Amino acid sequence: MPDSALSVAIFYAFALLTVGSAAAVAFSSNIVYSAFALMGTLFGVAAIYVFLAADFVAAAQVLIYIGGILVLILFAVMLTHRIATIDVSNRSVGRVPALLVVGGVAAVMSYAVHHTAWPTIATLPDAPSTYAIGNGFLGPYVLPFELASFVLLAVLIGAIVISRKELKS
Amino acid sequence: MYFDFANVLVFLLLGLGLSGMMLGLGRLLRPSNPLAPKLDTYECGEPPTGSAWINFNIRFYLVALIFVIFDVEIAFMYPVVAVFRDWLLSGRGLYALAELLLFIGVLAIGLVYVWVKRDLEWVKQLPAEQPTDLSRAA
Repeated sequence: MPDSALSVAIFYAFALLTVGSAAAVAFSSNIVYSAFALMGTLFGVAAIYVFLAADFVAAAQVLIYIGGILVLILFAVMLTHRIATIDVSNRSVGRVPALLVVGGVAAVMSYAVHHTAWPTIATLPDAPSTYAIGNGFLGPYVLPFELASFVLLAVLIGAIVISRKELKS
Repeated sequence: MYFDFANVLVFLLLGLGLSGMMLGLGRLLRPSNPLAPKLDTYECGEPPTGSAWINFNIRFYLVALIFVIFDVEIAFMYPVVAVFRDWLLSGRGLYALAELLLFIGVLAIGLVYVWVKRDLEWVKQLPAEQPTDLSRAA
């Protein structure tokens, strides 16, 4: 990505979208609005993946998280009993202790971000990463690739069994 | 590659701009006569009763769950399919095909399981399920 002023502006627009939607998710008292605001966060994260030259991850983010997980979350929200009058789930901790904890976590995380020697490259590759991933799936990572299908199978059957129990009760 | 994503961005901006323009033009052109009943949900001319946010039938959730699993399967298969022609031309196409078929086959077991357990059927005969839920959700 050329470091032009335009691309920097686009990056900050998507960063603002991500953080703003996350704030909407956290602060909205209506759980349906929270679920819809999550779409902005997930889409902004996909755009940030594009800025990291991770094209396949960005497409998978849109395909799976926005197209699948978010729909699942919305259906789960629609399964709750009183959608519009959800109370704050945990009132035992006040705002000041919560702020202290969040501030502490943020301090530790920013310390870790600034003091880690991140491996950096001078110029990001301007080529699709899909072919390399495909060759990896067929070559050195063939076992994890096949294991992933078993993991998905276990998830499918487990999720069906659990939600079917809820249906019966 | 960035050019392709710039295409996506242009489409996104066009979509946002056009829908904003349509709504803005409508606001300029239409007469303003606010009435409280106009804010009601339109329900085929009937007066709506209750909230539109009702409890969905859990069957929607099960179908969405199965959809997510196969969504992930597609995402995994896509890079393999993208390089499949290269592997075919280098004479290792059968190996790649066998690997893909194994991947699909394992997940097909899950589909068969769901099918045999009748979770894909819309009306599942269970003693605890009330059919009134279904008619309300539909």
